[in-house]
This record gives sequence, C-alpha cells and structure tokens, in this order.
Amino acid sequence: MTDTQSAFVAFERVQKSYDGEVLVVKDLNLSMPKGEFLTMLGPSGSGKTTCLMMLAGFETATHGDILLDGVSINNIPPHKRGIGMVFQNYALFPHMSVAENLSFPLEVRKIGKSEREEKVMRALGRVQMQDFAGRRPAQLSGGQQQRIALARALVFEPELVLMDEPLGALDKQLRETLQFEITNLAHELGITTVYVTHDQTEALTMSDRVAVFDDGRIQQLAPPDQLYEQPENSFVAQFIGENNTLEGVVQEIQGNTCIVKLDSGDIIDAVPVNVSTVGERTRVSIRPERVEFNRERLHADAHTLKAEVLEFIYMGDIFRTRLRVAGTDEFVIKTRNAPDQKRLKPGEMIEIGWLAEDCRALDA
Amino acid sequence: MSDTTTGPVLAADGRPLKASLNRALRRQKLRAMMLIAPLLIFILVSFVMPIADMLFRSVENQIVSDTLPRTTALLPDWDGEGAPDDMIYEALARDLAVAVEAKAHTRLGSRLNYERTGISSLLRKTGRGVDEIGETPQDVLEGVNDIWKDRDAFGRLIGTSEWVDAINAWDGEDSSTRIAPEFNANSSFAEQFPGTTSLYASYVLQSVSEEDNPLGEKPWPILFHVLAQELPSATPPSDVPEELALALREAATALDGVVLDDPRAVFLDIDDDWGDQGVWTTIQTYGPAYTNGYFLNSIDMQKGLDGPEWRPENEQIYIVLFIRTMIMSLTIMGMCVLLGYPIAWLLANLPDRKANMLMILVLLPFWTSLLVRTSAWKVLLQQQGVINDVLVWIGIVADDGRLQLINNQTGTIIAMTHILLPFMILPLYSVMKTIPPSYLRAAKSLGATNWTAFWRVYFPQSVPGIGAGCILVFILSIGYYITPELVGGTKGVFISNRIAYHISSSLNWGLAAALGTILLAVVMLLYWMYDKIVGIDNVKLGG
Repeated sequence: MTDTQSAFVAFERVQKSYDGEVLVVKDLNLSMPKGEFLTMLGPSGSGKTTCLMMLAGFETATHGDILLDGVSINNIPPHKRGIGMVFQNYALFPHMSVAENLSFPLEVRKIGKSEREEKVMRALGRVQMQDFAGRRPAQLSGGQQQRIALARALVFEPELVLMDEPLGALDKQLRETLQFEITNLAHELGITTVYVTHDQTEALTMSDRVAVFDDGRIQQLAPPDQLYEQPENSFVAQFIGENNTLEGVVQEIQGNTCIVKLDSGDIIDAVPVNVSTVGERTRVSIRPERVEFNRERLHADAHTLKAEVLEFIYMGDIFRTRLRVAGTDEFVIKTRNAPDQKRLKPGEMIEIGWLAEDCRALDA
Repeated sequence: MSDTTTGPVLAADGRPLKASLNRALRRQKLRAMMLIAPLLIFILVSFVMPIADMLFRSVENQIVSDTLPRTTALLPDWDGEGAPDDMIYEALARDLAVAVEAKAHTRLGSRLNYERTGISSLLRKTGRGVDEIGETPQDVLEGVNDIWKDRDAFGRLIGTSEWVDAINAWDGEDSSTRIAPEFNANSSFAEQFPGTTSLYASYVLQSVSEEDNPLGEKPWPILFHVLAQELPSATPPSDVPEELALALREAATALDGVVLDDPRAVFLDIDDDWGDQGVWTTIQTYGPAYTNGYFLNSIDMQKGLDGPEWRPENEQIYIVLFIRTMIMSLTIMGMCVLLGYPIAWLLANLPDRKANMLMILVLLPFWTSLLVRTSAWKVLLQQQGVINDVLVWIGIVADDGRLQLINNQTGTIIAMTHILLPFMILPLYSVMKTIPPSYLRAAKSLGATNWTAFWRVYFPQSVPGIGAGCILVFILSIGYYITPELVGGTKGVFISNRIAYHISSSLNWGLAAALGTILLAVVMLLYWMYDKIVGIDNVKLGG
C-alpha cells in the first residue's frame, strides 16, 4: 500500500521553500493508492495547502519528485495534469452560467457539443442540480455553488480530485450533508481524492486515511480510528479530539505496559509508544471517554488517582465533568447519558482509573 | 391582517400613513437638501446655465432683427431678384440712422460678415454717410418757420402733453435713481404719421439710454425726411399745439415741389455693393430671430436660395475635422487600452510594495503640469530631438531622413496617449484588483492553457474596466484642446481647437456654440450606443 512504485500519487522527499530561508514543507514522503480518499489535516501554516498546490501544479517543489501514476509531474504545467480541483471560494466563473461553467473544461478539451451537453447534464445530475443549469453562480446559495464547483471538477472525469477546504464557508448543517455527499460521490466514481481541511471532524468522518501535518512534516498518516485511538506523538494526540495530558517520568517498562510516575508523585499505568528507556520524561495521553470512575469496572490491580469534581456540564447526549487530578485543573472526563449513569457533583471526591492500553506514554 | 378596509392605510392618529411618513421624513429631506445646496447652486450657475446659454447661442440671431426692425419686416416679401424696391431702401435708411446713433451697425456688420465677407466694412462706410438723408427738408422747414429750430418741436408735436411734462420732470431728477416715463404718442398724429412716430420713438429710446432729455437734443435730420414724406398724404391732426399745427400746414405748402433725398441713390452713392443682390440675400436670409445658419455652417453647408446647400469644396473644413477628431480619439483610446492593460495587470498582481512603486510611476504624470508634459514631448519628438537623435545614432533612420513626429497627427496621438493613459489604467486596475487569482487557477486546473484561461475567464471579467476606461479616455480626448494645439501642427488639431479659435479669435460665438452643440450631441449619441451595445451597467470604476 505504501510502495511508491505501485502508488497512484506519490511525494518523494519533497521540500518547498518560498523565500530560500525557511522550508515550508520539510522532507515529505507520501504515497496513495488509486481510489483512496486522503485528507491532509493540520493547523494553518503547517504546509498542507502548499502540498496540494504542488500537486496541482501551481507551486513547484524546491526539491524532490511528485509522481502521478508512476510518472514525475514536476515539469508538467497544471492544465496538462488532468487533475480536478475544488477551490476554497469555489472559483465559479461569474460571467458564465452554471452549464457554461461545467462545459468549460470539456470545451478546452475539444469535445463535441452533443457529448458536452450530455456530460454536463450527467454531472449536474450527480449533485442534484439539473434545474439550475441556466443560472449564474451569483444566483445560487453557498451550498449550491459548492455542488456546482464539485460537479465542474468531476465533469471531465479526472482520476484525481483535489479539494482545498471546500466546505469552510458553509454552516454546520450544510457542511455535514455535503461531507456525506462528497465521500459517497468519490467512492461511487472510484476517484482518488486529496482533501485539505483544518476541521478534524471533517477529516475523521470523510477519509480513508488522514495525514496530520505540522511544521512542514506529516506527523502521522493513519486511518481515522487509529489516528484517534493510537496517536503516535503528543501533537497528534492534542490536535485530534479532546485529550487529557499528564506529565511524568517513566519508572518501569514491562513489554507492552509501563509505569509512569507523575510529577505529583502518583503512579499510573500506560502503553509505551515512543518512550524506550526508564527515567525518560513523558507526556501521558488519555481520552476523556476512556476514563473510568466506577471502581468495579477497573482491574483489581489497576493504579487509580484521587480526583476532585470541579464542574459538571450537561451536554445532552453526554456529561462532561472537569476534575482536579494530579495537580491539574483541566482533566476532563466524558460519560454517556445512560439511565444508570451517575451525575457527579462539584466538590465530590472520586477515584479514577483506566485500562492501561488507553493511556499512551508519548514524547515529552 | 387586521386592517380589512380598503383605501389608504392609516397611521395611529388617523391620518393617511403616507402623509404621516412624509411629514416624519420632511426634516431629514430638508437637511439633506441644505447639505447639497451649495454644490447644487454651484453646478447650476457654473455648469448648467452656461451650457444652456451655449445651446441657445447656437440658434440665436436676434441682432439682425433688433438692429434692422423695419427692413427685416419688409424683406420677407422681397422676391430675391435683383435689387429690392425703394420701400426697403427707405426702411434701411431709417433703421441705419437709429443704429448709427446707437453704434449698433458695427456689431451687426461683424455678425453678417461671418456669412458674407465685406458686409462689415460696407456697413461701417454706410454709417458715415447715411446721416445726410433729410438735410434738404430740414433746411427748407427751418427757413419757413423758426419753430423747427426748437429742439423740442418734434417732442411736442408727436408726444402727448402728459409725456412732455413727465419727461421734463424726469430730466430734473437724480440720474442714478430716476426711471424714464414710457413714450406716449398723440394717437391722432400717430395715425396720420406712423413712420415719423415710430422713428421718433426710437429717437426717444436712444436719448434716454444716453441719459439725455429727448426734448433738449437736436433731432436727427432723417426725422425731417420721414415727416416730409408723410406730410403730403396726411391730414394734419387738430389736437396738437396750435403753433405746431400752423407750422405743419406751412410746411406742407413749402415742401411742395421740393425733391426729397432718394435713399436708394444715397446708398448706391456710398457703395455700389448696395445694388448687389447677394448683400440683400444675406440680410434676408439672416433676418429671422432664430437661425439654423450656424449649424449649417458647422457641417460645411450654407443657406442658399433653395434651402441648404454645400459650401464650395475649398471652404469645407468642419466635417473633415469632426471625422478626424473621432478617428484620432478612437486611436488614442485603442493605444491606451493596449498600453494600459498590461500595466493594470501588473499593478493588480504584483506584490504590494512593487505595485505601490509602479502606481506612483503611473500617477506621477498626474502631478506634473499638463503644459510641462506637452512641452517635454516637443523636446523629445522634434526632428532634431532626442528620439530622432537616438534613432539616427542606432542607424535605424538616416540623418537626412529624420522622422516627422511632431506637428502632425503622430505627435498628437503620442502625446495624448501619454497624458490620458492614467485614465485608462486606474479604472482597469480597480476592476482587476477585484478578480481573485483563483479564477485563473481554476481555469488552468480545468485544462485551459494560459492564453485560454486569460481570454475566456480573466478578460471577460475585466471588460467593465475596459469600458469605463474607454469612455473616460474617449470623452476626454474628443474635447481635448491644449495638447493638439501645441503638438498637432495643422494636421493634428481637433474640432475643439476650432471652437477655441471661434471663441477667442474670430469671436463668432454662434458658430462655436453650434460646433460645441454638435460635439455634445455626438458624445451623447456614442454614449447611448455604448449603453445599447455593451450596457452601461457593465462599466465599473472600482470594485
């Protein structure tokens, strides 16, 4: 799967600098099989959009190769790459009608009129916009424009489609509908998709794999569940989802588990992820929903911590409780709103623990 | 809705809602009006009124009928063949006598001279000789009765006694505040002596306008001439002062057999031209108070015997000039688009620092005087100038084949393109600034080459800027005056230079006004056509 020879899209040791002083993209290696939906996720300035622009051909790589179907495309101009692209602000041509917008990529490919019309209608049908063929983009709502932009990127049947934060300007509900539509369409047509976003929910719900970018590097490249449950370093753990962090020193490593002595003196169990020696400093990460305060559900020999309830927030489907644990006030636990669920009260003293495999000892 | 009644919606106090709303907004409207009032008044006084005056001047022609009222009243009946009959010479003699006293005949001469060369000097010459008409009857009457030597004889004879008293009282008043009484003729006298009465009325007007008492001035000899003419066929009226009635009766006897001056002979004696049919045709043609003559003149036509006709080939200049102005303005506009488009593109797409630098270079000419820039072009373009020197030095042109770059159309086009370029660049820039670069990227990602992306996607969106720039440049250049004047020589001048010539040198304001009106109409027409073809909504001066 990660073999660059058989990959459809591959970045090989790609570097990019705009000013000759700072590397925006540092040593990027990535390969995608055909038909994959890959999301590039990261904070702004992490290099994800630059990667996308290099793939589209609007930026040139300072070093390294970008391969499309095994062929280096470094010197191929953007209009010959045959890559569909959806832009952040849709970039629908305002002086053309919807149908003309869709017809444009077919016209420049010298496709005959009747075939063009058929393809345009088919593409509009895919996004349920047949009735809007004669409208101007300015007469459409944001969501409709987004659908048209998508249809335009697909109408010339590219094998690779790039999307640059396409849903950023839409409201939450519409965004969720479109997320669903885009993934469905991509899988249905078997297109390879590279999707850039800074919205982690979007990344998790849509993608086959997510590449988390920070500081010009891919921090972790994994399917969404792996990314969430098994972050490989503390940046990914922090960036994806909500996370509790405790700091301490590795005291003992026994195969798949280790014991960490927190700075407060407490002892906890954890899985060593990127710590290997005793005495190393580590940052321990636990997801809020994996914390247990019901003693009966924990291992008999599991280490527990004393905690004081600071705040209880009712959120409908879940309860969010903030605790003071091992010297930090920001420890959060989430519990499902089940009929037998206990509702904690501020001031209450409880004992919390977790399964050792849910607690990951990461880099400090 | 609770209001189910038909008719106007009512406000809470029972008044119609519309009236209530108007009352509530009145103060606001009044304040807004007062804020714009200074500008409104300024525009009205300095812009709208002069334009209206100019439009009026292009057809106004009252000077002829005002100066020669009696002649122009008779001339329409003249058949236009040969010289007119004695009646018209007689009327002209009376009109000119009045005009000479008011010195209006020279102004009339200038006016008619636009239409026929030589009339100005003819009228001036005639003005010096026409006052001898009437000296014969004057001598006869003064010999018969001394009363004719009294300066108030005509006044007491023709005016009512009330008017005589009133005009004498007026004479005694302070000249800065007094208002002259209206002349009132004795009705029975006026009935018998209409010509004399009308001429004396003109005499009174002239004296009063000079702040003199008409009863204390020497009467014009022509008054005696007219009186003598009307005397034989008139029944002397009874209700005039007795001594004057007596003098009138004596005069009739005394003048019997005396040969009066023949105005026709007098005029022909002064100048043979008064027998020329052309002179009379001109006066007849330009007699009416309103004329289309200036407009005909503006399009190289003139009033002929059978309506408008073309001027002789060698006198036709204006149509050529109009066409040349159009073509050159279009050329300048085209050059501005060609040169300005890439610069506006650069301005809109370069990083801010560089774009600002470039913008200063674009605006720099704006901050220098127009005259300085034009003079600089003279230095650059002349045959011994910088450009020719460089071309010779490079070897592109031979030293004896230096290019003629100035004092012709080339010079005008080069200099005006340079001067008007910012007017093209600025609207283009402000429109291009609003076109996001992502459109071009989108087009390229969809498979368009650089050229197709530009032509199909970028260019159509910049058209409103081109439209705005073209309208600005074209309208400015069509009325441009200084630059063509300085670098255009004779072949490179515009219609506006001709207008300026008529305003300041030939003083033919009517023709200048007609040319200006045509220019205005042409611009309006082009603007209308632009609106029809491109649509004025498609003009943007900014985002």
